[in-house]
Amino acid sequence: MILFWLLAVALIASAVCVITASKPVYSVVALLANFAALAIMYMSLSAEFIAVTQILVYSGAILILFLFVIALLSSGIGAFSLGTDRLPKISTPALIAFVVALVSIAYGGAHAFAHVIPAPAANAAALVGDADAFGSVSDFGATLFTTQLLPFELTALILMVAVIGVVVLAGDHEALTPPDPRKLAKLRRLEREAILREGESR
Amino acid sequence: MLPVDISSYVTLSAILFFIGIAGIVLRRNPLVMLMGVELMLNASNLALVAFSRAWGNNVGHIFAFLVITVAAAEAAIGLAIVVVVFNRSARVDVDDVAILKG
Repeated sequence: MILFWLLAVALIASAVCVITASKPVYSVVALLANFAALAIMYMSLSAEFIAVTQILVYSGAILILFLFVIALLSSGIGAFSLGTDRLPKISTPALIAFVVALVSIAYGGAHAFAHVIPAPAANAAALVGDADAFGSVSDFGATLFTTQLLPFELTALILMVAVIGVVVLAGDHEALTPPDPRKLAKLRRLEREAILREGESR
Repeated sequence: MLPVDISSYVTLSAILFFIGIAGIVLRRNPLVMLMGVELMLNASNLALVAFSRAWGNNVGHIFAFLVITVAAAEAAIGLAIVVVVFNRSARVDVDDVAILKG
């Protein structure tokens, strides 16, 4: 009970820090705290495998990717433009009113929702079988590879599309073009850059 | 059973989701906007795992796992787009990327 409220405060505070930080690096650090708190919350919900996956994939892969891109962009020529923010334009009273309205709507909505949906089964632990096994790797894997096999296979397709998309986006296009129409490709690129420059000057 | 009422989890999830939306609407830095998307996906995961625990059905865990996979793919492609755009225009601001408007 106390753990839930502590984690809730940590989650909301770090999420607010993510969107209000002045530099993207600070946002990444706040996001790391958010993911860690969420992993602890998953553990308290006895979703052990999801908690470990959260740490591995989010903190280990996605945040490192964010950090690499920030480092890559900052090392370019000149100062790294953060982009104009619309955050300072929001006045503090409006923000407080928004948060209060949001919390009341969310809490009221959740309570109204709780009346609509049927009550959880009283013997929820009995449905799972061994209560300690719920959310464990064997429990998760048994469901994933039997009844939920098609979504699992579709995940492979999604990851392959992502890999191909990243290679096409960030890959070396010069190596992919055949030698003969290279002049045409170069001409097109110059044209594209001219359009880009025109868009910048506007 | 749950240590806390299910509506508390749903409320927390909704608040985190709206903070993520605020990050996307208010900020113009594409990196922070992508982090807002991650916050929203995490909020949905929290609701899924909480419902899964309340009903004693672990299909919600599978769904949360697939959401994590989609988030990883989305972050990879989104960051690749950010790198490509930055290499061409040397500014990271989504308002500057209006070339596809025609």
